[in-house]
Amino acid sequence: MKKAKIKILSNYSLKKPYHKLSAYSDYISKLAKPGQFVHIKCSDNNTPLLRRPFSIYSVSKEKGTFEILYEVLGEGTKLLSQKKRENFLDIIGPIGSGFSYNVPFANSHLPILVAGGIGVAPLVFLAERLAKSKIPACQGKAAGRKNQKSKILVLIGTKTKSLILCKHEFKKLGCDVKIATEDGSLGFRGIVTDLLRKELITHNSSLITGIYSCGPRPMLQEVSKIAKQHKIKCQVSLEELIACGVGVCLGCAVNTKSGYKLVCKDGPVFNSDEIIWG
Amino acid sequence: MGISLSVKIGKLSLKNPVLVASGTFGYGEEYKGLVDINKLGAIITKTITLKPKAGNKPPRIAETPQGMLNSIGLENCGSETFIKEKLSFLKTLKTAFIVSIAGYTKEEFSKLAKRLEDEGVKAVELNISCPNIEYRKGKLNFSQDAKSTYAVVRQVKKSTRLTIITKLSPNVTDISEIAKAAEEAGSDALSLINTLLGMAVNISTRTPLLGNITGGLSGPAVKPVALRMIWEAYNSVKIPLVGMGGIMDASDAIEFIISGAAAIGIGTANFINPEASLEIIGGIKKYMKENKIKNVKSLIGTLKCPTRN
Repeated sequence: MKKAKIKILSNYSLKKPYHKLSAYSDYISKLAKPGQFVHIKCSDNNTPLLRRPFSIYSVSKEKGTFEILYEVLGEGTKLLSQKKRENFLDIIGPIGSGFSYNVPFANSHLPILVAGGIGVAPLVFLAERLAKSKIPACQGKAAGRKNQKSKILVLIGTKTKSLILCKHEFKKLGCDVKIATEDGSLGFRGIVTDLLRKELITHNSSLITGIYSCGPRPMLQEVSKIAKQHKIKCQVSLEELIACGVGVCLGCAVNTKSGYKLVCKDGPVFNSDEIIWG
Repeated sequence: MGISLSVKIGKLSLKNPVLVASGTFGYGEEYKGLVDINKLGAIITKTITLKPKAGNKPPRIAETPQGMLNSIGLENCGSETFIKEKLSFLKTLKTAFIVSIAGYTKEEFSKLAKRLEDEGVKAVELNISCPNIEYRKGKLNFSQDAKSTYAVVRQVKKSTRLTIITKLSPNVTDISEIAKAAEEAGSDALSLINTLLGMAVNISTRTPLLGNITGGLSGPAVKPVALRMIWEAYNSVKIPLVGMGGIMDASDAIEFIISGAAAIGIGTANFINPEASLEIIGGIKKYMKENKIKNVKSLIGTLKCPTRN
């Protein structure tokens, strides 16, 4: 983890209210792991006062850049959205534990990524690393079943069609992408956790290596419950207001079975069965 | 022109007057890769208690205009783990460290202070002013009452030879009265202010933003209050004051020194800019050069006050 002033390569609106920002940082592009975040000072003064955490969405080691996706929600993200190419960005990162995905990943084994809204951001990065890790694992136990082709399954949920992000990025990585919209404007009509339930009926849960999820807390709680019912390991990326980002202020505590843990230092990714949702 | 930044707090000699405030810098090690810690005047550690404390229910922080509310509730690993796991790093530093301590009785304060003294600690800050814990059932915190302040400080003074800094609460009617009580009891210095008790509400859910309902306000929003209290305390006691409350830059720090602070503490600013304290040291030096001040001590309490009506 380092603090740095880095240059912005691009920062533009993808579709309302979502933005994509790319910036130069050799350090982050080399070290970042899926699920980690950067802590950004969005204002040049004390309004708003605190930094804002953003999951890393992609890195390019070749170009020495990384990208974040963000939703313009409040004063901080509004100021961030106004920053231009060549402007400097005050960041601390990469921060946090990230997803752990060292489980053997064979062709016949299926990871499921469940995203709610802007929660797609760290999961694109994860899907990319998972897709890469597929090849060596094929030589393992499942090699004999190579023909049983299965893909990374990605479930994205939003209120409506126009808010869906990264569908094509996931497809390019070879993922099987399914959409849930609350208004039924695309794909499954309903919330993404109901889509997950439906998918788990058709897939043999013993072949599922894990569920990885990022989105609003109630969604994550539900994903966690479903994973438990199906006895599938599940990791969730939690969000809290984060002040220091380095584990000193103890502000971003979440209640777990082993006491309070910090989203910034122990997380943001946790095994879902550790969390006391309450 | 040679510039002297060194100050003395009790028996502690500090290379400069810029400290990092309790609860905003962990036990130092957390900031090892981000800040050149040895350049600081001193570290005041996160408060420790005799036994580990789990802390308060989340959410523990909320952002407010130019400030933040926190209700951490003194989460800490307890004195024995602190001694085993945190103290050795602090001892390797080429800068002073002050261990912030809290207890539920005056005896707990002195027991903890004694234990730390035996382990080679030289200075403690008595956190008798945390707004987020109930020190004694149904009673005010120690620093909201002159007699209780006196009692805690006296107890620690009697049982150790440590340098004692007493941290005062701004949530009082008359800060001078409390400051005097701590001085009379033998405190070597005072640090103020702890956070201002506050709250914030989510109007959609009609629930408080903090899990513990109320919390302590810090950040630039509290600076004018802190400054006023430093000035009042400076006019009531002779012991050195560590001024803190919303200091974000060197100009803020210098305001505190002029108003009577012998040293200053950087708190919330560390969260936003881990190097804030180092930048402030640089800024103080620059100000001194520009104003031909050789010794920072000669700036303390130099406020030129107009006559009040």
